[in-house]
Amino acid sequence: MDALATYALRLGDDSLILGQRLGEWCGHAPALEVDLSLTNVALDQVGQATHFLGLAGAIENAGRDADALAFRRDVMDFTNCLLVEQPNGDFAQTIARQFLFSHYQALLFEQMARVKDERFAAIAAKALKEVSYHATLASDWVVRLGDGTEESKARMVAGLDWMWRFADELFVMDDVDAAAIAAGAGVDKSALRAEWDARIDAVLADATLARPASRRPVLGGRAGHHSEHLGHLLSDMQFLQRAYPDATW
Amino acid sequence: MVSAVTVITTTDRISAVLAHVPDPEIPAVSVLDLGIVRDVSETRVLITPTYTGCPATLAIEQSIRQALDANGYANVAIETTLSPPWSTDWISDAGREKLRAYGIAPPPKGASASALKNNQAAECPQCGSSNTEELSRFGSTPCKALWRCKACLEPFDRFKCH
Ligand SMILES: [Zn+2]
Repeated sequence: MDALATYALRLGDDSLILGQRLGEWCGHAPALEVDLSLTNVALDQVGQATHFLGLAGAIENAGRDADALAFRRDVMDFTNCLLVEQPNGDFAQTIARQFLFSHYQALLFEQMARVKDERFAAIAAKALKEVSYHATLASDWVVRLGDGTEESKARMVAGLDWMWRFADELFVMDDVDAAAIAAGAGVDKSALRAEWDARIDAVLADATLARPASRRPVLGGRAGHHSEHLGHLLSDMQFLQRAYPDATW
Repeated sequence: MVSAVTVITTTDRISAVLAHVPDPEIPAVSVLDLGIVRDVSETRVLITPTYTGCPATLAIEQSIRQALDANGYANVAIETTLSPPWSTDWISDAGREKLRAYGIAPPPKGASASALKNNQAAECPQCGSSNTEELSRFGSTPCKALWRCKACLEPFDRFKCH
């Protein structure tokens, strides 16, 4: 796969894996409101993944469509960031993951909506409306839990503390990013960090929460070095197409 | 005396067919009312999805296909575009009235670009009161939020500004 196809694949993998994670809440969330919210966010993410993976397959031009890329790749071939594959944990941990990721996605798509390559720009402009809503939703919950009871605050702090170590990876640039920028499709992610920090800090202040302590960042997802959690997620997500290839209904 | 003659074109006829294709999740409105149909020509119908993950997208395309085939337009293609992204500002005035009559508070027109979108109180589709509150940011479908009227105490769906 060339750099531009890989770039689209990374975007698709981020959305796909997060969508699958959020789908695990279906029927299990603490309240109906939350169940509806998380599964609707999951739908948006899977929708975005369909577009980005479809684009990756089209650029690759080797006969793989979005479904083939989603269901017929092994764990080492997935290029999602480590943040999105983290287990749901409790509700606060899920919200922490969403909060960090949605603000990143919103900033990324704001820029990508203006790139020269119309295929990337169109998906980004479409997705931006959705992820802005996700960022607001997650921020509201960070404030409700952080500025809530002793119990909810403790859980929000713990959730953010766990997820924080995976945030740096979102902004790391490599050869694939450079090639995508040169091709008029990519975004300089490192330039998004200052605004991301500002948005995150503003919500944390509202939630009466301190920014989590800095930790050594955990990296590797873009190169296929994943936590053990991703394999389990894929075994669930890919089971049907693996057991019954090309099954339709 | 020459009287004006209304010429009904092929695209008018195709549009008339589309006006009777209901949205699969909100059958009170048609795909035309919702602004999903972006362009109609003699050879193709251009549509755009509401939300990227809307499960109705495929069903909408199938319904349009079926309606075109049934009315003799089997050779008219359906194409999908993402750009420009669908906005609730494209819902027609007639569509807004149909939503209200169906019990769904329509999005305020022209509000999708506003920073205050979704913050203004929705008008209760039952009694018209603005004394309402949001219960859940997401509702039964991606395009709706759940609200409650504090005047008549009825819960209702609000079509989200998008
Ligand atoms: Zn009322």
